[in-house]
Amino acid sequence: MSNAETIDLEAARAVAVNVCDPELPFLTLGDLGILRSVEVHGTTVIAKVSPTYSGCPALDVIEQSVHDALAQAGFNARVERMMTPPWTTDWITEEGRRKLEANGIAPPGNTQTDKNILFAKTAVCCPQCKSENTIKISEFGSTPCKAQYQCNSCSEPFDYFKCH
Amino acid sequence: MATSANTEDLIRVVVQIADDHLILGHRLSEWCGHAPMLEEDLSMPNMALDLVGQSRALYSYAAQLENKGRSEDDFAYLRKDREYTNCLLVERPNTDFAHTMLKQFYFAAFMHPFWQGVKNGSDETLRGIAGKAEKEIGYHIRHAGEWIVRLGDGTDESAERMADAIDALHPYTSELLEVDDARQSCIAAGVIPEIGPIQAQWNATIHNVFTQAKLNVPEVDFPQQGGRTGHHTEDFGFLLTELQYMQRTYPGAQW
Repeated sequence: MSNAETIDLEAARAVAVNVCDPELPFLTLGDLGILRSVEVHGTTVIAKVSPTYSGCPALDVIEQSVHDALAQAGFNARVERMMTPPWTTDWITEEGRRKLEANGIAPPGNTQTDKNILFAKTAVCCPQCKSENTIKISEFGSTPCKAQYQCNSCSEPFDYFKCH
Repeated sequence: MATSANTEDLIRVVVQIADDHLILGHRLSEWCGHAPMLEEDLSMPNMALDLVGQSRALYSYAAQLENKGRSEDDFAYLRKDREYTNCLLVERPNTDFAHTMLKQFYFAAFMHPFWQGVKNGSDETLRGIAGKAEKEIGYHIRHAGEWIVRLGDGTDESAERMADAIDALHPYTSELLEVDDARQSCIAAGVIPEIGPIQAQWNATIHNVFTQAKLNVPEVDFPQQGGRTGHHTEDFGFLLTELQYMQRTYPGAQW
């Protein structure tokens, strides 16, 4: 049984940060930047998670997965939802962006350095052949966080992780 | 600096906004599997997900403020029709694709500046919800707006259907801009924005898209309202029957 003195916060954080996203299983919550904090309160580990989109159907699964992973590692865990400040795609790590591209999903641009991205005015680069000659097929795709694109150079259709 | 809003007024306003989102989201979800093309069959349920997700966050907040042990599900599934305070616009039937997109457009054109105001307002929880919702609703305006231009400035039939939709739905838009006592109190507390600039932005957005679509903004002789006080249209009962069916049949069922 854990108590306040012996709870290893770093170990708990490592467990939570490495839980995988159910819809993008090659990404961890750490890569996505949706694990906001891991704290110890008394004998309980409290992990705070933010939704990507308000209606993200994976959110309940993610919270449950974090809870289960911590419980399995022997922690007395509670998962809380954190709405403020809202998550943005800018918090996806470099490693996360690299993994997205390696899995055929064009990563989102950075809204801090390029405001045009939010208005869909910046070219989206094909994750296969790196061509910038691509066309948007639909604003909405297989999950709320993605849009559908097609590459005019290599003809490959692909998902684009929308800036948010 | 603004003082905090009276809790009862705040709950009323949060539930009004939540009801708008839940009911419009439910209406949109009725299209799932029936859209005119695959891309739309993805778009409409995606927008419905945004709206239902926003309503969940709002209901949870209302439940927390109320502190009577109710959950978001109690608000969504276990109230009677007169207890819902959504505006009438969002409960109007889908009718056809023109009606559906116009309803979406009217609503999004209001909510976008509204959320921008809330995002900079005095309530921390609502600021967080608004931060997400503002970006999501931005997609809705663009998507619905593009369809209105395409249909209004399209074939004879699509233009006629858009014009019919405007005749049918425009009388319901004034309720979006209505300010009751509860909203007034939240405006005074800086939780939600003043209505004047929102109305001006709404008018400008509608005017801009209608001009591109070669459509006219009609004069309304008899504005329709009543939803905010629980007086709904006949169609609402049918919607609620379907929305609540599962919880009423299997009380307490969990997903």
